[in-house]
Amino acid sequence: MNWLRTSSFVSISTVLAFTAVIWYAAAVYLNSAVLIDKYERHKVEWDFSKLVDDSWSMDRPIMPAPHQIIFDLNKSIFKQKISSKRSLIYHGWVTISSTMVGFAMGGILGILLAVGIVHVPTLNKSVLPWIIASQTIPILAIAPMIIVGLGAIGVTGLLPKAIISAYLCFFPIAIGMVKGLRSPDPIHLDLMKTYNASKSQNFWKLRWPASTPFLFASFKVSIAISLVGAIVGELPAGARAGLGARLLTGSYYGQTIQIWSALIVASVLAATLVFLMTLLEKGVQKRMGVRL
Amino acid sequence: MEESTRVVESCKVDLVFETADSPVHALSKIDLDINKGDFVSLIGPSGCGKTSLIRVIADLEKPTGGEIKVNGFSPEEARLKRAYGYVFQSPALYSWRTVEGNLKLPLEIMGIEKAEQSKRAAEALKMVDLTGFEKKFPWQLSGGMQQRVSIARALTFYPDLLLMDEPFGALDEIVRDQLNEHFHKLWEQTQKTVVFVTHSIPEAAYLSTKIVIMSPRPGKIIDVIDSPLPKKRTLDMRETPEFLDLSHRIREGLRAGHSYD
Ligand SMILES: Nc1ncnc2c1ncn2[C@@H]1O[C@H](COP(=O)(O)OP(=O)(O)OP(=O)(O)O)[C@@H](O)[C@H]1O
Ligand SMILES: [Mg+2]
Repeated sequence: MNWLRTSSFVSISTVLAFTAVIWYAAAVYLNSAVLIDKYERHKVEWDFSKLVDDSWSMDRPIMPAPHQIIFDLNKSIFKQKISSKRSLIYHGWVTISSTMVGFAMGGILGILLAVGIVHVPTLNKSVLPWIIASQTIPILAIAPMIIVGLGAIGVTGLLPKAIISAYLCFFPIAIGMVKGLRSPDPIHLDLMKTYNASKSQNFWKLRWPASTPFLFASFKVSIAISLVGAIVGELPAGARAGLGARLLTGSYYGQTIQIWSALIVASVLAATLVFLMTLLEKGVQKRMGVRL
Repeated sequence: MEESTRVVESCKVDLVFETADSPVHALSKIDLDINKGDFVSLIGPSGCGKTSLIRVIADLEKPTGGEIKVNGFSPEEARLKRAYGYVFQSPALYSWRTVEGNLKLPLEIMGIEKAEQSKRAAEALKMVDLTGFEKKFPWQLSGGMQQRVSIARALTFYPDLLLMDEPFGALDEIVRDQLNEHFHKLWEQTQKTVVFVTHSIPEAAYLSTKIVIMSPRPGKIIDVIDSPLPKKRTLDMRETPEFLDLSHRIREGLRAGHSYD
């Protein structure tokens, strides 16, 4: 086992090192045109090593170098008061709270829809096509309508963003749970029939526990999607807080370093959420005697 | 008076499965009466409709013709009254429940109180010789042990009628002997009515008061043998001339069924 861990450590660091090299090279390559142009205009003497130095330390680079992002992350996470508008913890919290609310709403909606679809034959025919159709509308088109529409009736802040998250994440949950609730063996359903079990006993003692693997699979997908929804919800109509707002102001003012920092925080958050969901899944699996 | 002791009464029962290509005649004109306290074995080649017949009794399949009564009611009414315990051909345990949890399943559904549930689960587990395995999950048990748990599960709610589809099929010879003996005692003490599917001639001869021989395509009853053996049986009895004679008759019957092919 030990050699396996060492070798995966080695391979991960190799990939990281490789990425860093390419990234630094790309920074030079992408920023060079702007820099050379500037040198020419100001009649500055330059050689390749100056070009490299400068392209890794620009204020508003086209492509920031990794260490610039790390400095910015350090500055905006550890060197700010948490409540400050400059703190990425503050913005991250704004985004994560609407992510969680949206995930909860989408989760409940998705599960309820699945329960309906599995138990009521007419819902199966009438609702399922609409659910699928709902996902063919690009979220970027619908997000501003939700924000503006709800804003017009005085609903602002967290809720509109959470609704966008919910809109995105109920879908995998509904589809996964329809499959999960239909997953019991016919013989298990027959067994319940011989006991003359009621509909709700059938649900709670058979369909629901049988569907947990499907539930967690779709939870893991939708919690990440929910985060994307929250960020997209922060883009339109001048939201002032959240990672999406940071991305937007960053692109207004050409603050590419700020954009990259926000992106990195967002992906760390997404990875953390999926990881926590996996932990929860492991716990539930243990209680349900799954062979790990 | 005689009516009240009839547990199963079937008259010209037919069962046809409509399949994509051609209809399958699983049961044809089944006439079978089972009285209270009978131990009836269904024996016959694979595909002759043994499972189909007990599924009809259990109301898991609706007959396409004829009439059948269980305890004087339609199979559906009998099922709604929880008239029988059913042991499937495979264990059909819930993987997310422990052995104990599986045994309590029918009791939870029937609304039996907690303390009584534990008592009955322990009792049923003892009956199949699995005491000590309460906290194990099904995958931690061998196939034969799982099947014994599924037998125990059917005993927990004290049904008067047991429908058992090859319950001992997955067991080795020794455990099978033990369970046969155990099960014979249980039946003798409790006066349960049992409908029992088996492929084993000695098992059918040892346990049954009535042996029903079936043949396939279409599934039908070709002979019913009333056992000449005394009601009380012992494993040693299997060496006696009466027992060997009975086994011989069953084998002859089965052979006659096969020769139609
Ligand atoms: N749900 C079904 N749909 C279509 N045909 C079926 C169905 N169930 C059983 N059959 C057919 O009915 C016939 C009898 O099947 P059944 O399961 O009752 O046999 P069996 O005697 O229990 O066999 P075995 O000893 O192999 O368990 C078979 O030909 C089978 O293919
Ligand atoms: Mg069968």
